[in-house]
Amino acid sequence: MKKTHVTTKVNGDTVEFLADPRASLLDCLRDDLGLTGSKEGCGTGDCGACSVTLDGTLVCSCLVLGVEVEGREIGTIEGMADGQELHPLQRKFIEHAALQCGFCTPGFLVAAKVLLEQNPDPTETEVRYWLAGNLCRCTGYDKIVRAVMDAAAEMRQEAA
Amino acid sequence: MRYHRPMTFEDAAGLAAAASGVTRYLAGGTDVLVQMRAGMVQPDDLIDLKAIPGASDITRTEDGGWRIGVAVSGAQLGAHEAFRADWPGVVEGLELVGSTQIQGRATLTGNLCNGSPAADSVPGLVAAGATVEITGTGGTRSVAVQEIPTGPGKTSLKPGEVISAILLPPRGEHAGDAYLRFIPRTEMDIAVVGCAVSLRLDGDTVSEARVVLGAVAPTVMLVPEAAEAIIGTTLDEAALEALASAASAACNPIDDKRGTKVFRIEVAGVLAKRAARIALTRAKGA
Ligand code: FES
Ligand code: FES
Repeated sequence: MKKTHVTTKVNGDTVEFLADPRASLLDCLRDDLGLTGSKEGCGTGDCGACSVTLDGTLVCSCLVLGVEVEGREIGTIEGMADGQELHPLQRKFIEHAALQCGFCTPGFLVAAKVLLEQNPDPTETEVRYWLAGNLCRCTGYDKIVRAVMDAAAEMRQEAA
Repeated sequence: MRYHRPMTFEDAAGLAAAASGVTRYLAGGTDVLVQMRAGMVQPDDLIDLKAIPGASDITRTEDGGWRIGVAVSGAQLGAHEAFRADWPGVVEGLELVGSTQIQGRATLTGNLCNGSPAADSVPGLVAAGATVEITGTGGTRSVAVQEIPTGPGKTSLKPGEVISAILLPPRGEHAGDAYLRFIPRTEMDIAVVGCAVSLRLDGDTVSEARVVLGAVAPTVMLVPEAAEAIIGTTLDEAALEALASAASAACNPIDDKRGTKVFRIEVAGVLAKRAARIALTRAKGA
């Protein structure tokens, strides 16, 4: 199958790869670019483990084709920490023990980050609805929701 | 599989007309990519419509209506305040589809062309009197939204035709719409019954109405008898009861694990009443 040359930006860096037209963005990120933070839980848009941003919009990278992202901007979990400095959400996930196996965590973090950019002061209900497309088999969600609420509170204080 | 990225709808239609194998259009991809992944559909030609100018635009038309591009996502439509002010029922229908991530990609046109009787965004469009613009190799034509689905997974689009926009009429004064669905959980599910109502008031009296049901027949269904039950009334208790009976009487649902026939018929009436009340409140500007 003829591959297509794709140039795109990932976490601010321009990258190039050759994509089979059937390959998902998730496959291209993991297999061609070596960015294995985004996970494949289902490959069908149900679990959110593959969450990334595409031009700032939260999407499932398993439901985007690699060939579609020519000239776009992608944000993944690898772009979340600032060097060695963890993003407040990442720190709060650790503090609240909001992960066990960790498979769902990159997706939750990417999704929660977009939420807090759009809504710095979400209610618990808003957090739960926003994250309804991220599935976790381990934590029972409660610690995740608390970690997001706590990170939001901390980020608001810093901004003030 | 060949991946195409045409720059006009005429070219997209031409590619589809010239293709001999399985062809699919790609906008948000939230159905097509899942079907490809599951092996249900293996397209020979995949025609991505997102590079076509206007495909991602929401524009006010000259008559005061709206033109919604085929690649406009739920997230984009939901963030458009002027559109939401005109057609809140259309927006709430699309916003019920899937998760935040799915909303980042899912489109009205895709939901319509997927042909599901339970498509949440379609009843609101039909209630609004929306039409689609179809581009073929011989030019464009426009048809009412309810003419597109012909049965589960089937549409009336001919090979070599592509929907190039969804058009909504001007909302006008003293009017409101609403969409409600029943699901057994609070989020992330497929409608067991859906109902959209759009109406207009003349004083306190309903002067125009359209009532549409989803998931209770092989296609989304406009129910003129249900609209007649409330036109000329103030939506008093008697009118609401007549509306519920007409909505229930129009149902021809399946029985499955998600809802029995009897249950769906009953719920269709209940949702029709509730959606009509919300549409009325919106029409009164509250
Ligand atoms: S892997 Fe993409 S949603 Fe599950
Ligand atoms: S921590 Fe294991 S799936 Fe969420």
